[in-house]
Amino acid sequence: MTRTGSRAWALLANVPDPEIPVLSVVDLGIVRDVTESSDGTAVTVTITPTYSGCPATEVIARDVRTALETSYDAVDVQTRLSPAWTTDWMSDAGRQKLRDFGIAPPGRVLLPIVGPDRPDACPRCGSRDVEELAGFGSTPCKGLWRCTSCREPFDYFKSH
Amino acid sequence: MSRTSELPALQALADGCLVLSHRLSEWMSLAPTMEEDVALGNIALDLLGQARGLLQQLGDEDRLAYFREAQEFRNPLICELPNGDFAHTMLRQLFVDAWLADVWPQLAAGTDDGQVRGVAEKAQKENAYHLRHSTSWVVRLGDGTEESQRRMLAALDALWPYRGEIQSDAWHARVADVLTQATLPVPDRDAWTQRTSADGWHTEHLGYLLAEMQSLARAHPGATW
Repeated sequence: MTRTGSRAWALLANVPDPEIPVLSVVDLGIVRDVTESSDGTAVTVTITPTYSGCPATEVIARDVRTALETSYDAVDVQTRLSPAWTTDWMSDAGRQKLRDFGIAPPGRVLLPIVGPDRPDACPRCGSRDVEELAGFGSTPCKGLWRCTSCREPFDYFKSH
Repeated sequence: MSRTSELPALQALADGCLVLSHRLSEWMSLAPTMEEDVALGNIALDLLGQARGLLQQLGDEDRLAYFREAQEFRNPLICELPNGDFAHTMLRQLFVDAWLADVWPQLAAGTDDGQVRGVAEKAQKENAYHLRHSTSWVVRLGDGTEESQRRMLAALDALWPYRGEIQSDAWHARVADVLTQATLPVPDRDAWTQRTSADGWHTEHLGYLLAEMQSLARAHPGATW
């Protein structure tokens, strides 16, 4: 990933994921490339969508464009599907933000996903005694779990 | 499609994802539990996104989805069958998920088209979650109460003749493993099976599904919201 265009990266770090606003698109790891023109007036951003049918994808592309247009005359937002996005691209800062927000962050992916994927610990009390309530949650990225120590239900950002 | 040397036909795959997605969306607000409503909605959404990614490569996605007649669709027949009860829906899902579990990796590894590879790489991971879900329900219902097992057996009788367009050796191994875990019989793999979608011959159910799915776009061509 090229780190040219630090002005663009700074702007992107303030574009939230529409469904989990505690994460920025940079935390999420979907910004794959930023290229600035030599005179600094134009920028091209390449984004890899998270999930095939995620309704947030189109909103994200629009928000990215809007944020960059405050500082560039020409903004080009490109989509790149391959290699597919993985939760492994989520930054450590992003993982900590999720935990602080009450969502258990994803584990590291070892493809293919074969076995049950589980959160490391309850994001509230840190207990490792957790159980799955539902494999699918309120957004494509999450499942619903419960801590059997503190009894709180919580969202888990599934490894993907 | 059963031989690994051949790549799956994109049109059959795209149409299968689209049609099954619509079927699953019919469960919205009607599923046995709220968690299941959410699960079926998530799976339907994944399938819709996968269908869109492929249809965009095959042409104008809206025209292909909304302005073709039933005989122009190439989805495997099993994708268009009515939902029936929850046992039917979950066994159908297992059969299709077990098919896609081989199709997506084959496509990801074999295609030279970057867009198709991207869709397949993504779908492969999504399908792993779908397959886990359908497997767990088939096992729970098959190895459940007398009533749930009766319904699973009825679903198996009804759906087995529709495996013809999605089966392979790997498919049979996968499905037999789940059926065995579910204490259900594994039917004869050589029994007669339907196999007509490649020629555009569908069950009568697809026409009704398309009438509902396409009505808005046909009444208001080019509408956006």
